[in-house]
Amino acid sequence: MSQETGTGRVKRGMAEMLKGGVIMDVVNAEQAKIAEDAGAVAVMALERVPADIRAQGGVARMSDPDMIEKIKAAVSIPVMAKARIGHFVEAQVLQSLGVDYIDESEVLTPADYKNHIDKWGFTVPFVCGATNLGEALRRINEGAAMIRSKGEAGTGDVSNAMQHMREINGEIRRLSSLREDELYVAAKELQAPYELVREVAEKGKLPVVLFTAGGIATPADAALMMSMGADGVFIGSGIFKSGNPAQRAAACVRATTFWDDPKVIADASRGLGEAMVGINVADLPAPHRLAERGW
Amino acid sequence: MKVGVLALQGDVREHMSALIACGVEPLAVRRPDEVSHVDAMVIPGGESTTIAQLARIFGVFDVMRERISKGMPVYGSCAGMILLADEILDAKAGQETFGGLDITVRRNAFGRQVDSFESDISFRDGSTDLIRAVFIRAPWVERVGVGIEVLAEVDSHPVAVRSASVLATSFHPELTGDHRIHRYFIEEVARVAIQQVK
Repeated sequence: MSQETGTGRVKRGMAEMLKGGVIMDVVNAEQAKIAEDAGAVAVMALERVPADIRAQGGVARMSDPDMIEKIKAAVSIPVMAKARIGHFVEAQVLQSLGVDYIDESEVLTPADYKNHIDKWGFTVPFVCGATNLGEALRRINEGAAMIRSKGEAGTGDVSNAMQHMREINGEIRRLSSLREDELYVAAKELQAPYELVREVAEKGKLPVVLFTAGGIATPADAALMMSMGADGVFIGSGIFKSGNPAQRAAACVRATTFWDDPKVIADASRGLGEAMVGINVADLPAPHRLAERGW
Repeated sequence: MKVGVLALQGDVREHMSALIACGVEPLAVRRPDEVSHVDAMVIPGGESTTIAQLARIFGVFDVMRERISKGMPVYGSCAGMILLADEILDAKAGQETFGGLDITVRRNAFGRQVDSFESDISFRDGSTDLIRAVFIRAPWVERVGVGIEVLAEVDSHPVAVRSASVLATSFHPELTGDHRIHRYFIEEVARVAIQQVK
């Protein structure tokens, strides 16, 4: 009885199991436990949350292996970690540490301004950010087993995530309306492989799970993203940069499950204390916009 | 037969499609009164700690536990198996289960995601055809109580078990497009159990 690891089905299937859930950024074992207790489906282990990366500047890299192992030991839920765009050695290191998912992330400083990691060669699955359908399909073509909208990480401003979700889903709806002989030009315009374009046009959805990320700070933000067709939500700085992380984390989990029930969202939103302060994306000078990293 | 899929978190959609392919009309179930209105339930794959917690918060937990103990037919895959086990190992501190199956299940027993695998296994439903089974951070059964039948094994660990009304698999038949396990649950577990109650 042969056992095949790292197959497409095993990688994409792992993301299917996270659907309807919230994945939370954590920087140490204590935060990871708070996230698990609040009902997170997974944690993202990183050294600094995006809001701090933004505030402190400098080059942001893969986290210290010791810190990742402490988080792995602290919780029973899946542990994800970030590698820089194109930094395949960081990804190899993370795989050897046994993380459950790698986020090839624009939140870290890119290591390669032309190429992303060739993700097919890895046993561990990858999630990648996208601002539009073409970008999502290019990442899937490179082996990504899960896509997330980029949003603008570390801002607490949900407008970019909203824009990316509308963009991706709008383009999918448009593809579904095209004649078969128009898909060749659509593929050219999307700068994505024809086979993937045809698959999306036929199924009316991406071939992998689509989460949303970047700027989600409240239960209502999480529910908004779910109603825009997200399969689940990443919350980065929104939880541990707020007044009461444990309560806010649990509230976001509840709102993600009952995204279509305003009463539940209202209850979840009560008495959460201060939300993260936030930055308006429009006030960010272009070189500091993380969503524009990735090609 | 009204079959509900517990829709708090996890791969609900895939189970719904598999049930539709077996000719039943599934209902997504998130509230206590919805649990009361179905004849049978499926607990999807997902994160068992998250599902248990949401079930508690939204009042579904006790209704599920009670209905399962009174013989409502249930099928659980992966996280669903964990939630149906009377006893779990490597659990989060204080992690609860609905219970109903007299088994002990070890969470993530096959390892982390890098160890997740697929394999052809035999399933003892009378057919000799192998079934493609997808194991994702999968649990296995470490102890089987009286009256529990083992339907499939991997490396001599039980990965599919049943009682009179409860079926559980550590793998995810909902991901493969082969609906044999769902059909087995509907025809050989749920229909028979419901018939006996009547």
